[in-house]
Amino acid sequence: MKQAPHLPSLRLGKPYCSLNQSEVLDYRDGSVRATLSQVNPGVIRRDLKEVGQARAALQKFSTAELLEISRQAGEFFLHEELPVGEAGELQSPQEYLETLSSTSGLPHIMVRRNMEKIHHALTHMDTILNGLTRGLDVEVLDRGYGEQSGSPVCFHPTTKALGLVMPSNSPAVNSLWLPAIPLKIPVIMKPGKDEPWTPYRLMQAFIKAGCPAKAFGFYPTDHEGAADILRLCDRALIFGDKSTTDQYAGNPGVQVHGPGFSKVLIGDDEIENWPDYLDLIVASISDNGGRSCINASAIIVPKYAKEIADALGQKLGPIKPLAMNDPNAVLSGFANPKMAEWIDSAIDTDLLESGAYDATAPYRDGPRQVKAEGGTYLRPTIIACESIEHPLANREFLCPYASVVEVPQSEMLDKIGPTLVVSALTKSESFKRELLLDPRIERLNVGPISTMKISWDQPHEGNLFEFLYKRRSIGLAA
Amino acid sequence: MRLEIIPVMVSEEQIKQAANDLDQHVEEMINWHFSPESGCPFWLNWAKEQDFNPLKEVRTFAELCNKFPYFEDEWLRDLPNKVWVPQAFADRPFNIFETGGTTGMPKQRIGWDDFRIDYTAFSKTLNDEHFPRDHYWLMVGPTGPRRLRLAIEHLANERGCSCYFVDLDPRWVKRLIATQQFDQARAYMDHVVEQALTIIKNREISALFTTPKLLEALAERRDLVSAGIKGVFCGGTTMDRQYARFLQEEVCEGGKIGFVPTYGNTLMGLARHHPFGPENDYSIAYYAPQPRAVLRVIDTGNGKPVEYNHWGRVELTTLTKEFFMPRFLERDEAIRREPWTEAPWDGVAEIRPFGAMEKKIVEGVY
Repeated sequence: MKQAPHLPSLRLGKPYCSLNQSEVLDYRDGSVRATLSQVNPGVIRRDLKEVGQARAALQKFSTAELLEISRQAGEFFLHEELPVGEAGELQSPQEYLETLSSTSGLPHIMVRRNMEKIHHALTHMDTILNGLTRGLDVEVLDRGYGEQSGSPVCFHPTTKALGLVMPSNSPAVNSLWLPAIPLKIPVIMKPGKDEPWTPYRLMQAFIKAGCPAKAFGFYPTDHEGAADILRLCDRALIFGDKSTTDQYAGNPGVQVHGPGFSKVLIGDDEIENWPDYLDLIVASISDNGGRSCINASAIIVPKYAKEIADALGQKLGPIKPLAMNDPNAVLSGFANPKMAEWIDSAIDTDLLESGAYDATAPYRDGPRQVKAEGGTYLRPTIIACESIEHPLANREFLCPYASVVEVPQSEMLDKIGPTLVVSALTKSESFKRELLLDPRIERLNVGPISTMKISWDQPHEGNLFEFLYKRRSIGLAA
Repeated sequence: MRLEIIPVMVSEEQIKQAANDLDQHVEEMINWHFSPESGCPFWLNWAKEQDFNPLKEVRTFAELCNKFPYFEDEWLRDLPNKVWVPQAFADRPFNIFETGGTTGMPKQRIGWDDFRIDYTAFSKTLNDEHFPRDHYWLMVGPTGPRRLRLAIEHLANERGCSCYFVDLDPRWVKRLIATQQFDQARAYMDHVVEQALTIIKNREISALFTTPKLLEALAERRDLVSAGIKGVFCGGTTMDRQYARFLQEEVCEGGKIGFVPTYGNTLMGLARHHPFGPENDYSIAYYAPQPRAVLRVIDTGNGKPVEYNHWGRVELTTLTKEFFMPRFLERDEAIRREPWTEAPWDGVAEIRPFGAMEKKIVEGVY
């Protein structure tokens, strides 16, 4: 086995090896798969004073050039060996896949799908930018002003850098920040503790494709360092749980990506056809190991909740952990087994409150939390709830988990709360109109579309262009 | 400028001589503190309750470590100050100095001349290039009831300098952080930094005493080299190897500003540092001003020193005519380092709060 690489920090592109290092461990046996340079927060604060130079380096390129660089970076990311580690070691796509799998617990097949999503995002960046800017001619960004739909427009950046405090749960989440580069905004990132691989590889792919290295800050750091990134970058994204969401609520400079609480809703008109939608619901719950904020975590129906929960239990309950390289693997291991223990115990504790039962239990042949394939896993869990007020009715966990709850259609939208993705199984025009008017749904799928299906040309969780640029009025003398 | 670290092996003879000097000093201090004509009420009364006679059975440092239990710092909080007055100082009013503290009654140490003696000795370790004589200093840090405030002023005076002061109340900072009022803590730090920058802007300052975090904050707001700062004397909170490297390489611009980290407190005095740099991975080792104070790194299970280059709890013994404090367990842990030619006794390195790896410690800006 190769020696574990050391991933240095990137200080505006320059590798920097810290004397403080953390370890990225194999989720199965705890062996060290990499060490990471942990920088003290002062390093970040110091570099941020120079970040104007990084933005200036990107400004030298036209948006069209940066789109081409992004496209090439996508190809390099998916197909080429790229530097990993301070000693210039190279990592092939397969090595990246296997290493990421070993530290995140994601089966190979899921890492592969995530790689393809990222590749797609990079190679279709023009489409993404078109969606974010609603068809703005990209030359307007180069000039700073121009016309859109016959009206004069002028945009200015809201920040010198985009701050990022990343999670470890899913590699494709990195696709959210990728448009910052063609939008000429450098990124200053604290990577997820267990998932430095994807952002580091993406940065290396961009650099190889000709993007100025200065545009990338990669700073494994502590809580104070993360807080400084959020405080000192005028625009930043953070990923976290509800407590994080609450902490930054109302801060216009911080876009919080918390739990999605995504849902499948079945209307009165389609409820009799519920068996036809089972596979779609199963996919919405369990694709990507149930780790995404766009995974459905509640199925809201006007009736047949018990029957639907039982049917989902039959399909999901028997699913077991498989070998990491098994193409049929559905479940992801936990890089932090204590997280699995906490989730398992939280579900069991809340089940003590009456009005809910585990519909997967009869089909699971064993406990929810299992040790298998050398790691810790949580098997799929469907909870039938009598009321949406039950503590398990609107929860999200890092595994295939969903509640099934009966709510009259007329009350559904009042009761579901903020929801990242709704897949509404209905053909009713009036229900559709109600859904279209609801401000709490970020992405709406009408008809048999999985919650996992997102459109690259439509932002589903905040618009990065509108976050990084602001329109202003302009007058130019002839 | 890169620090040149020339390893010079300390000889066995030097180590032995230092140990003999320490033993001789211990004997002198035991005689002083346990004789009715010179000792203080506390130790004289304490000795009456023991099953050993310090005057007869403690003549060396090893015997002191074997015979004396750990010093109970609550004594410094709960007992009146007068019980610590040695008979020989009875006719002189004393200074009262307090330790960091957070809430409630603080621990106090009384003194007369010790801080002057300690800091006069320390002055000899500073060089004139980075701490020019006959100029001006600025202290940005805890003043108030702390020995440090008078000590720094004395140190400046000792070098022909006068010293400006900006206060920082660490008790308030600790309380803000403990109650998660981070915005308030930051605002307070900004308030302190702004006052310091105002002095730096309007007066000629060549040397700074401050804490690592405040030094960093000052450097983020002002180029300290162009502001005329030549030397920084720094202590107060943990400096791990990376942080020490960062402060030296970047904040002090690789030697343009002389960076002198120190370890000290009201109960000890000041420990000087061994030169550090890439050669020793920026691991800062401190050496107590022996024989007036002795630092050991011990295993609290058996009270014995740990092996060299191993972690243990820091134990301080203070041995001056004004204050006798045997075997006080500091709230710090450190790595035990080998003797050094300039200080041929054990050093303590990479000091951090005891249990720092297991629990979160509130240190804040101070």
